[in-house]
Amino acid sequence: MGFDAAFEKKKKLNSVGTRPLRPDGVEKVTGKARYGADFNMPGQLVGRILRSPHAHAKIKKIDTTKAEKLKGVKAVITAKDLPDLTDGNSDLYDVLDNCMAREKALYDGHAVAAVAAIDAATARKALKLIKVDYKILPHVTDVDEAADAKAPLVREGVFTTGVDPKPAKPSNITNRSQYGHGDVEGGMAEADFIVGRTFKTEQTHQGYIEPHACVASVNSDGNAELWVCTQGHFVYRQNCADLLGMDASKLRVTSSEIGGGFGGKTHVWSEPVALALSRKAGRPVKLVMSREEVFRASGPTSATSIDVRIGAKKDGTVTAAEATLRYTCGPYPGMWAELGAMTAFAPYDFANVKTVGYEVLVNRPKVAAYRAPSAPMAAFAVESAVDELAGKIGMDPVKFRIKNAAKEGSRASYGPVYGPIGIGPTLEAAKKHPHMKAPLGKNQGRGMACGFWFNFGGQTCSNINIGEDGTVNLAVGTVDVGGSRASLSLVAAEELGVPYEQIKAVIGDTGTLGHNDMTDGSRGTFSSSLATISAARNAISIMKERAAKMWDIPVEHVEWENGHAVAKGKKYGNLPKLSVKDIAAKAGRTGGPIAGHSELVADGAGVSFATHICDIEVDPQTGATKVLRYTVIQDAGKAVHPTYVEGQYQGGAAQGIGWALNEEYIYGKDGRLQNPGFLDYRIPVCSDLPMIDTQILEIPNPNHPYGVRGVGETSIVPPLAAIANAVSNAVDARMTHIPMSPPRILKALETEAAE
Amino acid sequence: MVAIKIWGGLSAATNGQTELEIDANYIRELFAKLEERYPGVKPYIERGIAVSIDGVIYRDTWSKELPDGAEIFLLPRLEGG
Repeated sequence: MGFDAAFEKKKKLNSVGTRPLRPDGVEKVTGKARYGADFNMPGQLVGRILRSPHAHAKIKKIDTTKAEKLKGVKAVITAKDLPDLTDGNSDLYDVLDNCMAREKALYDGHAVAAVAAIDAATARKALKLIKVDYKILPHVTDVDEAADAKAPLVREGVFTTGVDPKPAKPSNITNRSQYGHGDVEGGMAEADFIVGRTFKTEQTHQGYIEPHACVASVNSDGNAELWVCTQGHFVYRQNCADLLGMDASKLRVTSSEIGGGFGGKTHVWSEPVALALSRKAGRPVKLVMSREEVFRASGPTSATSIDVRIGAKKDGTVTAAEATLRYTCGPYPGMWAELGAMTAFAPYDFANVKTVGYEVLVNRPKVAAYRAPSAPMAAFAVESAVDELAGKIGMDPVKFRIKNAAKEGSRASYGPVYGPIGIGPTLEAAKKHPHMKAPLGKNQGRGMACGFWFNFGGQTCSNINIGEDGTVNLAVGTVDVGGSRASLSLVAAEELGVPYEQIKAVIGDTGTLGHNDMTDGSRGTFSSSLATISAARNAISIMKERAAKMWDIPVEHVEWENGHAVAKGKKYGNLPKLSVKDIAAKAGRTGGPIAGHSELVADGAGVSFATHICDIEVDPQTGATKVLRYTVIQDAGKAVHPTYVEGQYQGGAAQGIGWALNEEYIYGKDGRLQNPGFLDYRIPVCSDLPMIDTQILEIPNPNHPYGVRGVGETSIVPPLAAIANAVSNAVDARMTHIPMSPPRILKALETEAAE
Repeated sequence: MVAIKIWGGLSAATNGQTELEIDANYIRELFAKLEERYPGVKPYIERGIAVSIDGVIYRDTWSKELPDGAEIFLLPRLEGG
C-alpha cells in the first residue's frame, strides 16, 4: 500500500489514546453544523416523490399531464426520465429500479414519479394530480411465506443460484450459500446433549435521526453539484454519474454533517431523482425525505427465520453445530443471509460446523446494511442456543463459551484460519467483571452473549497541507460518522509531533481528493488513519529536505524527532532544531508549499469480537421490560480516541436494545407498512437505558502501525442475544422471537404456565 | 504453486472443486489463472472476491504476494454498515 503498515510494537504513542474534545463539537451543540437539509441554493426548487400505495402492482400507465400544467411546477419525472444506462450491470439496474419503479411497484413506498416545484405546497398538490393506473398483484412480506414454493413471485424468472442442478421452477429464493467444515451429522452422533430451535427476528430500521436529504444542481453544460447527507460521497458520485450518464469529474459531491447512517446511507435512494429533476427543470432541487418516507422507502435490515442445532458432550465440548438462515432482501437480490451464514459461529472453534443461507425476495423495501449487517440476527439464534445448551449441561454459560472459543490458529466457521483474535480475552474479562457477580432481584434475569464482525478497509486518499504559520490542514475522504475527525487529528498530531490543536481536519469533497470508498465496514478510522500516517510521513520527508536546505547540509543528516527537524552527526549536531513552524515560515524560499499526500488501499483490517452482559427486569403482569444494567467488552486493537470508541460501544448496545425489545416493521394484510413513524416504531430514548458500561481491550492488529482495528459495528452483534438470554432467564422460558415486545413476553409466560 | 480453498458458492463455477492448486505468486495472477482454468469464475471476480491470507482478508490489494505455505482462502467480497 505504499508504506509498511506493520504493527510498530515499540512505538511510544503520545497523542493517540488521549481524549481531547472533538473539533466539530461546538458547531454541533450550537446548531451551526450544516446537515443535509441545511444547505440552500439560489433559485432552488422543492422536490417531492410520489410513492406506490400498493405492495405489488404492475404500472400500466402514468399520466402527468395535469401536474405539469399546474402553476409553479417546473419538472415532473417518471422512469422515462431515468433511462436504463446500466449496460447489463444487474446490481446497478436494481438501484435504478429502486430509485424509480419502471414496470412494477415492488413495495409500499416504491417511487413511481417525482416533481419539482416552487414550494412544498405546490409540489404536494402536483403529486395529487399525477394519475397512476395500477394492476394490483398478489404480494408476500413474510420471510417464511415468501420462501414457500407456492408464494406469489416478487420478480419473474428468478432461479435460485448456488444449487446444483439449477431449479426447474422460479422462486423468491435468489441464492443459496454454504459455509463450514467437518462432518456435522457425525459430530451430532457424538453429542450427549443437543439443542435445536427455530428463531425469528423482525425487520428493523437503522433509525438515524437525520432523514435523507440533498440539494442537486445540474447545469446545461453538464456540470453539476450535489450536497448530500451520505456515508460515502465518492461512491454516491459514481453511482449517480452512472445512472444519469454524466462524467463523474463534472459532478462535485459534498458530504454534509451526518445525523446517523449505520449503513443506511451507503446507498443512493433519492439523490439520482433530485439530479434528474434538476436536469429537467434547469434549477437546483432540494429533496428531503419525511420520516414516513425513510421508513417506507429507504433500506431497513432483513427480517429473518433461522434454524439452529448444536450438540455437545457432557464436559462442554461442542461436537457439531449447524444453522439454516433465511433473510429477506426486499425485492432485489442481496447477500444478507450469506453474511449471516459467515458470521453465525465465528466466535467458536467447532470441529464440525455448517451454515446454509437463503436470500429471500419479499414485497418490502430494498434491504441495506445495518451495522455489522446480518450478524446480530445470526448471533441471536446461535447465542440463544449456546446458552440453552450450557444450561442443559449444567455449565456456567461463560465457562462453556470459553471452553469452545476460537483462538489464534482456529479455523473460522466461514473458512480461514484466525490470526491473533480477541474473543477469548473478552470472555475472560466478562468472567472477572463485577457485573457477573452482582445480585439479582425478583423477576430479574442476566444474560450474556458474544459477537463477531469482520471489519474491512478499502480505497482511501488523504492530504496533509501545512500552512505558512505551521498549522496543519488534514483533508480526508471518509465521512465522519462517529468522531473520526478527532481520531484522525490525533493520528496526524502523533506522526508530525505537533499538538492536537494545531491540526484542522476536514472532509474533502469529490473534487479535492482521489476516490474514497464508502465509510462502512468499520473502516473510517482504520483506513483513513493509515492514509493519514502515510501522508504525514510523506510531509515529514519533505520537511526534512527543507530543513536540510535551510541548514545547507545533506538531507541524510536530518532526522525528525518530536515535531522538529534535528541535524545529526559531529559536524552538524550543534545546529538548533527546526520546528514545523520554522520550516513552514521559509517554505516559499525552499521549494514552495509543504504537503503530504497518500493514496492507498487499506487492507488487512483485523477481525473484531465482543462480549456483552445484560440485566433485565420483566413485569409479569404487563410483559414490560427494563434494562437494569449493561456492560460491553470489546477488542479495539488500539483505541485512538477512547471516548469515541466507548461511544461506539454504547451506541451499538443502545440500538441493539431497541431492536431486541421494541422495534419492528409491522405490515398489514394489504402489504402496507402500518407504523412508519417514531410514535409507533419505538426506538429507545434516554429514559429507557441505563448507563452502558464499557471495557476496551487492546489486542493489536498486526496490520496497522498502532494496532488499530475497526470498532463501529461489532457492538451491535451481541445485544439481541444477550438481552434474549436475560429475558429468558428472568421469565424461565426461552424467547425465540425478536423483538421481545410485551405481547410476546406475555405469550411466553402464558405458554410456560400452561406447560 | 499455492493451495487455495474456496467458499462453497464459488465452487459452482469450479466444477464443484473447493480445494485447488494454482501456480501464482500474487493475487492478480491467482485470479487470472483461476479464470483461465474456470471461465465461469469471471463474474465472481468482477463482483468481488476477497482473499484471506493466513487469516488476514484482502479485498482490493491484487498486488499482494501469496507466500509459500500460507493458508489462502477465497471469500465473497463483504458488505458493511
